[in-house]
Amino acid sequence: MNAPEPQVIRMYEARQEIYPREAKGRYASLRWLCVWLTQLAFYGLPWLTWNGRQAVLFDLTTRKFYLFGLVLWPQDFIYLAALLIICAWLLFLVTAVAGRVWCGFACPQTVYTEIFLWIERKIEGPRSARIALAKQGPSLQKFSKKTAKHLAWGAVALWTGFTFVGYFTPIKVLGAESFTLAFGPWEWFWVLFYALATYGNAGWLREQVCKYMCPYARFQSSMFDRDTLIVTYDAKRGEPRGKVAKDTGKSVNGGSCIDCTMCVQVCPTGIDIRNGLQYECIGCAACVDACNSVMDKVEQPRGLIRYSTDRALATGMSAQDIRRRAMRPRVLIYTAGLLLVVIAVGTSLALRTPLKMDVIRDRGSMGREVDGGAIENVYRLQIMNTTEQSHRYRITAAGMPGLALATKDEVTLAGTETRAVPIRLRAPHGAGATGSNKITVQLTALDDPALTVKETAVFIVPR
Amino acid sequence: MSDFTNNFWNLYIVVLTVLGVLGCAVLLYSQSKYKVAKHNGPVGTTGHVWDEDLTELNTPMPRWWMWMFYLTIVFGIAYLFLYPGLGSYAGKLGWNSAKEYKTELAKADSEYGPLFEKYRQQDLKAVAADPQAHAIGERLFLTYCAQCHGSDARGNKGFPNLTDKDWLHGGAPETIKQTIMNGRHGVMPAMGAALGSDKDIENVAHYVLSLSGSAASDPIKSVFGKSKFSACMACHGAGGVGNQAMGAPNLADKTWLYGGSAETIMETIRKGRDNTMPAFGDFLGESKVHVLSAYVWSLSNETK
Ligand code: SF4
Ligand code: SF4
Repeated sequence: MNAPEPQVIRMYEARQEIYPREAKGRYASLRWLCVWLTQLAFYGLPWLTWNGRQAVLFDLTTRKFYLFGLVLWPQDFIYLAALLIICAWLLFLVTAVAGRVWCGFACPQTVYTEIFLWIERKIEGPRSARIALAKQGPSLQKFSKKTAKHLAWGAVALWTGFTFVGYFTPIKVLGAESFTLAFGPWEWFWVLFYALATYGNAGWLREQVCKYMCPYARFQSSMFDRDTLIVTYDAKRGEPRGKVAKDTGKSVNGGSCIDCTMCVQVCPTGIDIRNGLQYECIGCAACVDACNSVMDKVEQPRGLIRYSTDRALATGMSAQDIRRRAMRPRVLIYTAGLLLVVIAVGTSLALRTPLKMDVIRDRGSMGREVDGGAIENVYRLQIMNTTEQSHRYRITAAGMPGLALATKDEVTLAGTETRAVPIRLRAPHGAGATGSNKITVQLTALDDPALTVKETAVFIVPR
Repeated sequence: MSDFTNNFWNLYIVVLTVLGVLGCAVLLYSQSKYKVAKHNGPVGTTGHVWDEDLTELNTPMPRWWMWMFYLTIVFGIAYLFLYPGLGSYAGKLGWNSAKEYKTELAKADSEYGPLFEKYRQQDLKAVAADPQAHAIGERLFLTYCAQCHGSDARGNKGFPNLTDKDWLHGGAPETIKQTIMNGRHGVMPAMGAALGSDKDIENVAHYVLSLSGSAASDPIKSVFGKSKFSACMACHGAGGVGNQAMGAPNLADKTWLYGGSAETIMETIRKGRDNTMPAFGDFLGESKVHVLSAYVWSLSNETK
C-alpha cells in the first residue's frame, strides 16, 4: 500500500488544428472526380422528372418510394434490406482489397470536407496563409475573411439540407416554398438539421469524425490482412532521411526521403505516414501525390510513398505479385457473396409483379346455401395496383369443380389505388367435401397478362 | 393514467419516478465533485485502489458533457410537469391520447366534411347514382357494416340480406337512413306458452311454412295449425304478410331471417327472437350515414 506516487500519463489530448496543404496529382484528381460524380448525383437527382412526377422521391406520407420507373411500396421493404446487404458486401470486398479507399475518396465526410476546404482555400488562401491568419490577432481583415468563409459554408450547408429534404418532399414545391420561407415545421427542422450537420461535420469536426466517431472505421481492421492495399512509406528506401544533397537528389544521409514534410502537411488527419500504418490514416493518398511531386523535383523515381501491401513491403514483391495476391480466398468469398445477392435482388426485381392481392374470407358466415343447393362463400379482395397506370382486371377462381364467381368478375383500379372488393364464390352442391377446401383466386390485368397474382384461400362447405 | 383502482399504485409510481430523478441528480452531483485537472498539471486519482496497487485516475467527463446530463434532468422535470407521467397527475398541458385522437378526427372531418356535406344536401337517389359516393359508401359499408351483413351485404343467419327487395322495416331510401341513424330493435316474443303444447307449436310451424308455399309443409298439421295462428296475427297480419311499421317479417315469402325449416320455425315460436341493429347516427354523423344509406339502397336497386 505504500507504493510510490504513480507516474501519470495524460490520456486526453486537446485537438491540434490541422491546415492541410492542397495536394495535386493523380489521386487528388481522382478524388475531385469522386466529388463531382457524387455531388452531381446528390444535388441533381431530385430535379429530374419522370412520368410527370419527381423521378426519385421517397414519399413518406403515402409510403411510396419512386425510383424512376419503379414504385416501391411498404411491402417491398425487403429491397431496402437487400440494398443494405449489398452495400455491406461491397464494403467488405473493397476494404479487403484496397483498405480505406471508400474513406479516402467517396465517403460524404471526405467529400464535404474537400468542398469546404476548397472554399477555405479560396477565401483564406493556401496553408501558410491560413496558419498565419489563425495566429494573427483580431483585425478587420481576419474578421471579414472568417465571416465570408462561414457564410459560404453556411450557404453550401443550407443548399445541402434543402436538397436532402427534396428527396422526401417534392423539391419544386419546396423550392417555391423557400422563396416565402413557408416551410412546414418538419421541413424546417430537417433542412436546418441537415445543414447544421453538414456545416459542423465538414467545417469543424472533419478528421475527428473519422478518428473518433465513425463506426465503420472501428471494424475495418477485421477485413484487413497482410495483402490489403494500404498507403505506405517505403522505409527501406527512404531511411535514413535528411536534407537533400544537391548532387544525388538523395538525402545527405543516403535515404530517398529528404525530410521535406510535404506528406505531413497535406495529410487531412494530420499524421506522419513515415511512422508506419496508423489507424488515423484514411487512405486518401494525398501524401502519395505530395511525395511523388517531390521525387519528381529531386529527380528520383516516384513511389517512396505508394499503395502497397504489408507483405509486399516486407518481402519486396513486384506490382504483379501484389495483384496476384489480391485473388485470395477472402476476396473471392466476398466477391461471390456480393454477386449472389446482386443476382438474387436483380432477379427478384425483374420478376416482381406490380400488383398485390390479399384474399380475406368473411368471418361472419361459414358459407351459405343458395337456390338449387349451391354453396356460397364471401371474400374480400384487398387489391393494390402498384403501377402508375389504371388497369382493368379479371377475377377468376379455381380449385373445385364448377367453382365460379357469383359477382362481377371485372374490376378497374386507378394507378396506385388500393381497394377492397367484395366477391362471392359459388360451388355447385357436392363439389367439395364438407369443411374447408383449398382454392385459388387469381387476378389478371386484361391489357397485360403478365400482371397476374394468385392467392390461395379456403372455401367452406357447411354440414 | 387516472384509472388506478387503488391509490397505492398511483403513489408507487410517483415515488419511484421522483426517487429515480433525484437519484440521477445526486449521482451526477457527486461525480462532478471531481474536477478536471488544469491543462498541464498532474492528474489526480479518485482514491480507489484495487489489487494492492491499481489506482483509478481521475479523468471525469468534460464539463459540457456533464451539463448535458443536467439538462436531461431539467428536461425530465419539465416534461413531468407539462405532461402526464407522475401517477394520475394529468400534466399542466392537459395532454392525453383521447384528446389527440379527437383532434385528428376533427382534422379529418374538416378535410372530408365538405365532401360529405355536399352529398348530404342531395337527394338519396341522386347520391346513389354518383360513382364517387358509391365508392365512399362501399368503403364505409366494408368498415362498419360488413361484420354483420357480410362483405357482399347478403347477410347471415339472424342478419338481414340487404340486396333483396324484402325489408323488415321498409326499403325506401329514407327508411333505410332512419334504420341506420337510430337502429332497430326487432322482438318476437316467446309464444310457446301461449300456443300450448309442443304439438300445437309444430302445427303452427307447418301452417307458417304453407303460407310461403313450401313443399316441406305437412298439409294435415298445417290445417290444425291454422286456427292457432290467430295468436300471431296481431303482428304478422291475417295472411302472415308481416307489418313493416312494426318490423314484423313477412312469413308468406321465401326469405327467412333465421332459416326456413320446420325445426327452426318451431324454435322461433317457442323461444322468441330478439334482434338489434345498433344506431350509427351519433357515431358516424348524419352526413356519413347519408352516403352509406344511398349505397345500401343501391344494393337492391339498379341505379344505372
Ligand atoms: S497518411 Fe496519407 S493517405 Fe493517410 S490520411 Fe494522411 S495523407 Fe491520407
Ligand atoms: S514527402 Fe516524401 S520526401 Fe518529403 S518528407 Fe514525406 S516521404 Fe519524405
